[in-house]
Amino acid sequence: MATLNIVSPFAEDVVARLHAGDQVSISGVVYAARDAAHKRLVEALAHPDKSGLPFDIRGQTIYYVGPTPAKPGEVIGSAGPTTSSRMDPYTPRLLEAGLRATIGKGGRSAAVREALVRHKALYLATIAGAGVLLSRRIRRAELVAYGELGPEAILRLEVEDFPAIVINDIYGADWFQMAKAQYARPAS
Amino acid sequence: MREISANTITEAVARLCVEANTHLGEDALSKLESARERETSPLGQQVLGQLLENARLAREESMPLCQDCGTVVVFLELGQDAHVVGGNLRAAIEEGVRRGYRQGYFRGSIVRQPFTARQNTGDNTPPVIHTEIVPGDKLRIVLLPKGGGGENMSRLAMLTPAQGRQRIIETVVKAVEDAGGNPCPPTIVGVGIGGTADKAMLLAKVALLRPVGSPSGDPETAELEAELLERINRLGIGPLGFGGITTALAVHVETYPCHIAALPVAVNLQCHSARVAEAVV
Repeated sequence: MATLNIVSPFAEDVVARLHAGDQVSISGVVYAARDAAHKRLVEALAHPDKSGLPFDIRGQTIYYVGPTPAKPGEVIGSAGPTTSSRMDPYTPRLLEAGLRATIGKGGRSAAVREALVRHKALYLATIAGAGVLLSRRIRRAELVAYGELGPEAILRLEVEDFPAIVINDIYGADWFQMAKAQYARPAS
Repeated sequence: MREISANTITEAVARLCVEANTHLGEDALSKLESARERETSPLGQQVLGQLLENARLAREESMPLCQDCGTVVVFLELGQDAHVVGGNLRAAIEEGVRRGYRQGYFRGSIVRQPFTARQNTGDNTPPVIHTEIVPGDKLRIVLLPKGGGGENMSRLAMLTPAQGRQRIIETVVKAVEDAGGNPCPPTIVGVGIGGTADKAMLLAKVALLRPVGSPSGDPETAELEAELLERINRLGIGPLGFGGITTALAVHVETYPCHIAALPVAVNLQCHSARVAEAVV
């Protein structure tokens, strides 16, 4: 299967070209954020002037990760994805505010899948449980906000050749459903 | 009465934390290896190879296999002729977790107040401890760092006797199907049948401590395990949900007698990073 090299943040035409099941290799910037950070981001968006948002999420990519602490001299510790569906309650609001892609593991709710189509955004999955392997694709990590949340802080990550698979494209296709249907063997 | 010092226990727990988080056992590795050979989905096969590569890197570089270093679940079998001296048993174990997680640069994933403040304790304490008093004068410590993704997919069904074996199968297969890619398949499916609600859940977790793929010693239970594994691997979910014939590496079932009115069934899923370490002190 051919792997497509793409740059994050993703341009609109790149997003339009990708389809569920495509394997991609991502270079560029992604933001690490998980449960507690999402709660705060959505609270910040509820403010009339949105001044509380710690970074401009328009066009950006969020990676659902809470890494282990970096050992001395290392960029980051193990850094695989966490379960995306826990972010489902917050995701439509962030997509509405301009977020263009999310990376995690596992499936999304119907509400998120609809919002992805409506806002022309992608959901991708990466290699869950391969935290060491993925940490090597992260070249730089810096704290953006909520340091007091420890492993749930928002980080700006620079990645190079970070592997992922497009799960939900902007046309409403879902790779998890497609793959399962392809390999399911009903009991005889 | 044999004396066991609290400090010995602390050191053993710290060592087990590091070992479990960085060394995937040979049992899990060989199951992943054979799954890779059998897997028919090219993407699934590729993923299984990446998981094996990740395990190799973790061991060589003493890095945690996964960023989720889990809730530390500790199973103690304390000999009734052993006596812990020089400190409190629980405090000794907590200190071991604290030291092991600091030493290994592992993530603290525990929050103190679960439904409001959710302040991270910073050192992954406290662990969850299950203690059984057994004959003998030793202390056996089995440590399972249990990831949140798999644990969140747990299920308990209080079936009725009439529903029987067939409904047990449906319940377990449905739990795995509903979990999809969330618990990081291929999983080890822990199943507890019998006892009470709490006992069934504990049995499902204890089932995960067996070497991956080792069948139950009871032929009827082993047959159920084999049938469940076959059914689960027909679901098509595959490695990480990307499609394939490897959704579970093994199904382990533990049973216990139960009330004439009851048939409790519990499911506890272990991700592919089946981290277990044990010591006897």
